[in-house]
Amino acid sequence: MPLGFKPPPRRAPRGLKSDADLRALQRLMLHALVQPLTAADGLQPRWRDGRPMAEVAAEFIKPNGRLTPFERLQIYARCYWFRIIDCAYDDCPGLRAVLGEKKFSALVRAYLTKYPSRSFTLRNLCSRLPRFIREEPRWTAPRTALAHAVARFEWAQTVAFDGEARPVLTADDLADIPPAKLRLALQPYVSLLRLDWPVDDYVLAVKRRNALRGEASHAVDHGPRAASRKRVPRPRRGRVFIVVHRYNERLYYKRVDAAAFKILEKLAAGGTLAQAAGVAGRGVTPEQVHAWFETWMELGWFCRS
Amino acid sequence: MPANRFNAFTDYGIGIGLRVPHYAHILERKPVVDWFEIISENFMVDGGRPLQVLDRILEQYRVVQHGVSMYFGSADRPDRTHLKKLKALVRRTKTPWLSDHLCWGSVDGTYTHDLLPMPYTFSAARRTAEKIRHVRDTLEVPICVENVSSYAEFHVSAMTEWEFLREVVERADCGILLDVNNIYVSAQNHGFDPYAYLEGVPHDRVGQIHVAGHTKFEKYVLDTHDHPVLDPVWKLYAHATRLCGVTATLLEWDDRIPSFDEVHDEALKASAFIGGAREADVPPDKKASAPPVR
Ligand SMILES: [Fe+2]
Repeated sequence: MPLGFKPPPRRAPRGLKSDADLRALQRLMLHALVQPLTAADGLQPRWRDGRPMAEVAAEFIKPNGRLTPFERLQIYARCYWFRIIDCAYDDCPGLRAVLGEKKFSALVRAYLTKYPSRSFTLRNLCSRLPRFIREEPRWTAPRTALAHAVARFEWAQTVAFDGEARPVLTADDLADIPPAKLRLALQPYVSLLRLDWPVDDYVLAVKRRNALRGEASHAVDHGPRAASRKRVPRPRRGRVFIVVHRYNERLYYKRVDAAAFKILEKLAAGGTLAQAAGVAGRGVTPEQVHAWFETWMELGWFCRS
Repeated sequence: MPANRFNAFTDYGIGIGLRVPHYAHILERKPVVDWFEIISENFMVDGGRPLQVLDRILEQYRVVQHGVSMYFGSADRPDRTHLKKLKALVRRTKTPWLSDHLCWGSVDGTYTHDLLPMPYTFSAARRTAEKIRHVRDTLEVPICVENVSSYAEFHVSAMTEWEFLREVVERADCGILLDVNNIYVSAQNHGFDPYAYLEGVPHDRVGQIHVAGHTKFEKYVLDTHDHPVLDPVWKLYAHATRLCGVTATLLEWDDRIPSFDEVHDEALKASAFIGGAREADVPPDKKASAPPVR
């Protein structure tokens, strides 16, 4: 049973006299809708207790002259699945490119079967996808680690797009606090990603390719465009430190040095400014750290912890 | 003068839905539009570009909020965080009324993101009306509930959809967002007379009307919002405006969205019918001039 689910009633309520009856009917229908579709995108032929689905549907849905209860329920099941699959499809162009359409579709269906939406907004639909990729690597094998990195990066973009911004700390705010006491928090919309692939370049290339494809498919002459058809090669392994953030309400990915990343991580974990500066390592000069901070302050990354 | 006490915005005119592909056009060209309907959920975010765009729109245009996930008919209580975010948005937009659907779509905190049909019973009507009152009292804004398209009916239903709608809005003492396309779609799918539906709703509660396009399949009609409005829907609209008086009207176009001008031109076709309603003799009881609720 998907997480957060209560079991459906054994039988459909015969009348609707109370709020409990209403809840029972709604639970029954919800369970029917969120079961994975068949390979032909139909409703499962059997209910969870082994009875034919057609019998269960007929218990609570009326037929009409053209459609059986099963078929009427199936319209809703398809609408449900197509809507959320479309949403995941739009949110994850990079992951789609890593896995290919078929594998991506199987992954998303498995993910949404285990983790149906628990939010009023579809914005949060893929929030648990990185976690699911870890939990069930079979859907992404043999590229689970890359898929996980790309999924984290794509979720970070959603967060950077419309996540909360707290009042930005200015130099004046910090003036009188000694570094040993000063704690800075990162803006909630900023994500720090230590990744084993240059996922930022890859996802950008995929988006460009998709945009070209979109243009090509809208072009009047429909002439083939080699550039838009080519697959973007999967990235080669290589450690990168990426900060996904926004500036002037636009989305950005900023690569930072390993030392700079460590400082940011330390601050994000609640360390004081003095502690954070201490993790930079010997090769980094105080002037360098100072310059980094200046940039980060300008970008508005810090707020009060 | 308002056409009825739930419609203090008779002269709001004809609006269209605010959609992402049109942002650049609207912000750069500033076309003349009576009003925009926004999907509340798209702006119930904590920051970033959606709110920046919204604020720029609010500087120039009148905006009315339309929700898709309050699920008045769900057995679940309204989610507190949801209400808090919605209230913040209501304060930002100063929406003169707020609409959402007469449907359910979530149970035990799991969301289908769909508009699922209600069982038409008295107990469900009572429960739904309670929830509408609760939302209205929390948000402090008049509510209009919208009839949805449906593809299935429940055995337990004890009345017609329009009887259920009437039961709910009278118990909740709220307004109606009458979607004439949804009436048409459901009439096709369930074999009822859409004009009987129009006659059966309390006209004095209709505060807004939706028109939209749909798609016909072999065995059913689907509410797709990806087409111009079809003739039978315009006819229903004309009849609805005769019954309800001049009413704020909005065209919904949500998929395969064409250019801004194309959508707006399609919406403006409604003006021909609104003109008809203006001249029509609306019975005096539909012309009550009492102030809107709250
Ligand atoms: Fe509608």
